[in-house]
Amino acid sequence: MSSATLPPYAKKDFQTDQEIRWCPGCGDYAILSAVQSVFPELGIPKEKLVVISGIGCSSRFPYYMNTFGFHTIHGRAPAIATGLKITRPDLEVWVATGDGDSLSIGGNHTIHMLRRNVGLKVLMFNNRIYGLTKGQYSPTSEVGKKTKSTPYGTADRPFNPIALALGANATFVARSVDIFQQHLKDTLRKAAAHKGSAYVEILQNCNIFNDHAWESFTEKDARSEHVVQLEHGKPLIFGKNRDKGLRLNGLDLEVVSLGNGITEKDLLVHDQHNPQPAYAFLLAHVEERPGLPAPIGVFRWWPDQPRYEDTVAAQIRDVQAQRGTADLGKLLHAGDTWEVHA
Amino acid sequence: MSTTLVPPPQRKRETLERAVIRFCGDSGDGMQITGSQFTNTVALYGNDLATLPDFPAEIRAPAGTLPGVSGFQVHFSSSDVYTPGDSVDALVAMNPAALKMNLPDLKPSGILIVNLDNFEEMDLRKAQMTSNPLEDHSLDGYRVFPVELTKLTRAALKDLGLDAKSMDRCKNFFALGMCYWLYNRSMETSLRWIEDKFKGKLQLVQANRMAMQAGYTYCEATEAFQITYEIPPAKLSPGVYRNISGNSALAMGFVAASQKSGLPLFQGSYPITPASDILHELSLYKNFGVITFQAEDEIAAITAAIGAAYGGALGITTTSGPGMALKTEALGLAVAVELPLVICDIQRGGPSTGLPTKTEQADLLQALFGRNSEAPIPVLAPSTPGDCFWIALEASRIAIKYMVPVIVLSDGYLANGAEPWKIPDVSQLPEIPVNFENNPEGFRPYKRNPETLARPWAIPGTPGLEHRIGGLEKQDVSGNVNYEPLNHERMVRLRAQKVAAVVQDVPDAIPAGDESGDLLIVAWGSTFGPVTAAVRAQRAKGRRIGHVHLRHLNPLPKNLGDVLMRYDRVLVPEMNMGQLVMLLRAKYLVDAVGYNKIQGKPFKQSEIEHKIEELLD
Repeated sequence: MSSATLPPYAKKDFQTDQEIRWCPGCGDYAILSAVQSVFPELGIPKEKLVVISGIGCSSRFPYYMNTFGFHTIHGRAPAIATGLKITRPDLEVWVATGDGDSLSIGGNHTIHMLRRNVGLKVLMFNNRIYGLTKGQYSPTSEVGKKTKSTPYGTADRPFNPIALALGANATFVARSVDIFQQHLKDTLRKAAAHKGSAYVEILQNCNIFNDHAWESFTEKDARSEHVVQLEHGKPLIFGKNRDKGLRLNGLDLEVVSLGNGITEKDLLVHDQHNPQPAYAFLLAHVEERPGLPAPIGVFRWWPDQPRYEDTVAAQIRDVQAQRGTADLGKLLHAGDTWEVHA
Repeated sequence: MSTTLVPPPQRKRETLERAVIRFCGDSGDGMQITGSQFTNTVALYGNDLATLPDFPAEIRAPAGTLPGVSGFQVHFSSSDVYTPGDSVDALVAMNPAALKMNLPDLKPSGILIVNLDNFEEMDLRKAQMTSNPLEDHSLDGYRVFPVELTKLTRAALKDLGLDAKSMDRCKNFFALGMCYWLYNRSMETSLRWIEDKFKGKLQLVQANRMAMQAGYTYCEATEAFQITYEIPPAKLSPGVYRNISGNSALAMGFVAASQKSGLPLFQGSYPITPASDILHELSLYKNFGVITFQAEDEIAAITAAIGAAYGGALGITTTSGPGMALKTEALGLAVAVELPLVICDIQRGGPSTGLPTKTEQADLLQALFGRNSEAPIPVLAPSTPGDCFWIALEASRIAIKYMVPVIVLSDGYLANGAEPWKIPDVSQLPEIPVNFENNPEGFRPYKRNPETLARPWAIPGTPGLEHRIGGLEKQDVSGNVNYEPLNHERMVRLRAQKVAAVVQDVPDAIPAGDESGDLLIVAWGSTFGPVTAAVRAQRAKGRRIGHVHLRHLNPLPKNLGDVLMRYDRVLVPEMNMGQLVMLLRAKYLVDAVGYNKIQGKPFKQSEIEHKIEELLD
């Protein structure tokens, strides 16, 4: 169906009649709103859109989207979505998941989906806590975090989701924040445009069990000093007065102040298509470093990598071309046979 | 070669009704190939047959040791064959370890061919033998033929310019040639196989061909065997036949189900013994549009198949017991979202990793009940290798008709065992109707077909049918999330009623043998062969015995309770601790007794017969 014949969708066309059961004030509302705003723009018939989720607060997402939806079991959404996408490449399949669902119980499926480059869009709601089970630490919780299951603090080192996705050789890796509506919608549009696996980490606040989890990103005053926005082809500038930047120093990044002979030309220019894995990894680990700003935006975008389902389909076409159309009788009679006469 | 043709000595040729031969040696000796070659040859000749491959879980245990012994047994006959044979008439043993492990199964006065070159002190030590059986008279009760298999093979191949190792790899074909001569069989089938297998590798074609011919000629030229044997073709029902293993039959059955339903076949699988061959085989059939997905683990294998089924494909997943355990939660999801799916469990010995290459039937209760909460699933079990084809078709049909996951319980013995199989006429195969929902008018995701209780299969991409499903309890009809107590009970009962309704597609149990009498044997799965053979033999002695072989284990045939009451005693032989017998006792309050063997090996006909005699005398 061409977009010309599509009904003009509005946000409300993607809303369902189901009562939303997230806590008041949850960051998930903002994410739902952004997705419902972006879907009408995609030029895709509603019936071709499928939202698949695992278990957790984030995984209630499909119930609130008026598309085809499948709320599956803990951690397995990428595998279920993979089976669907291989057999139905005509569908646009989105996965809603969280830090526990995607990185703990479903870590294996996440990395294998990414390495295969299955054409799925994954929205990973990262609130650094287990919400639905009422407040245990997650694989992205910071070291020493006191939670219901770690009254004396966690001993675990957390995953860096962006670095993990890059390590699995993901072809699209991005980060946005629940309340940055414009940035989030823009990131979702880019993910929608990507053909292969798109992994989008969305920093999300859990106001019940982990309030202020991303304060350094979201506090109005702190935000501009702590966050650097990645824009393809543009220098990495940040700061309230846009007077700071990131400069390459050997194999590391350093913060420099503009002026005193330092100009934008000295700064690192963001290249989301950079084929060198080291580049995106460098950006991925910046946030863990004191004094360095945390990037949001697209870390890596390799648009031209073969999609898994396309390669699978091409192989079938090749074999069919070589071996001719399927003939069940011939298959059953293949090899040595003998006839018993009456 | 001498120019004088010495006429071969006059030998006796004896015609037999049946023979059992076993090839055994080191796992690197090519015994599985040798056995398969012999099988194909006797199959093409027209014998009925059954095989029992028996190999270790280790790919290459240390050469010459007891754990490394691999064997392949073929029972071939001019009349019906139901088992691979309780004991063997001829044993080919490539080394002392193989001899030690397999000698107990050789009949008194049986033929024993051994590779004399492998009976040095070192070889004996590896087999933990303290004296040489070829010298200590321990083999006096057998007809022993010590042959220098290694030296003779090397001599035959000396002009090919191969190294010793490559030449030694051909000695199994020397032994095969000997057996062809012993049983008066043509080498033609194996010669064709060699040419095909080593296509483009002329030296290997020549080497294997020459080794086999040398073995054959050796028998002709020496006076090794005084008697040769002839087993005439069997009188099978007319038709075109092929040799088939259970795994191969399952693979082809699913391709047939895909063709007959018009649905693309999607197999999600993670390699596991003894199920991997289904994946290997289906991955060849891409020209049938088959998609095989080697998943990252067992859970992804089944969940990907669920995803494919959600999108309107024929989703299947194939595994063995440990993999079944991992798939458990996803099975529950398939029950809850009521999507068609076929799960094949090729059972092996357990618990845990257990006996990967040995057979067992101990996953029955796991298949029936091994999920959290009430999660009923129809269960089917093939009874012979060829029956696996029909079970694959039937399981697919039930899954689609009732919108339900279906479990197929095969086992290691069926998977690898082979039998002649009458190839069905494709046009006679049952159609599998598929009705995708496409009408948005009054569409409700959980509105049921009144006969089958199936919900509609409403696949993504259908305009106007956008809806949500999931593992949370659903409201009856609407499918919306619902936690109300009475709704939950209603849904639990509906799911159970739906599986019970499958009984419409389960044929009544019709006992083989006597319709009533002293004893009814109820069995399932791969015990079909030995039970059938034992019942025939015992009925010939005048006993009144019936045999019901269950292909449907859930739901059970609706007349089974009546059938059970028509006999004085009920016996349930199983390769487990008594799982079916427990069900029958619980469901029908019948005083059935179990007969259990948990050795990783199929029942022998004689074992079943002894049990029958013990019960009835």
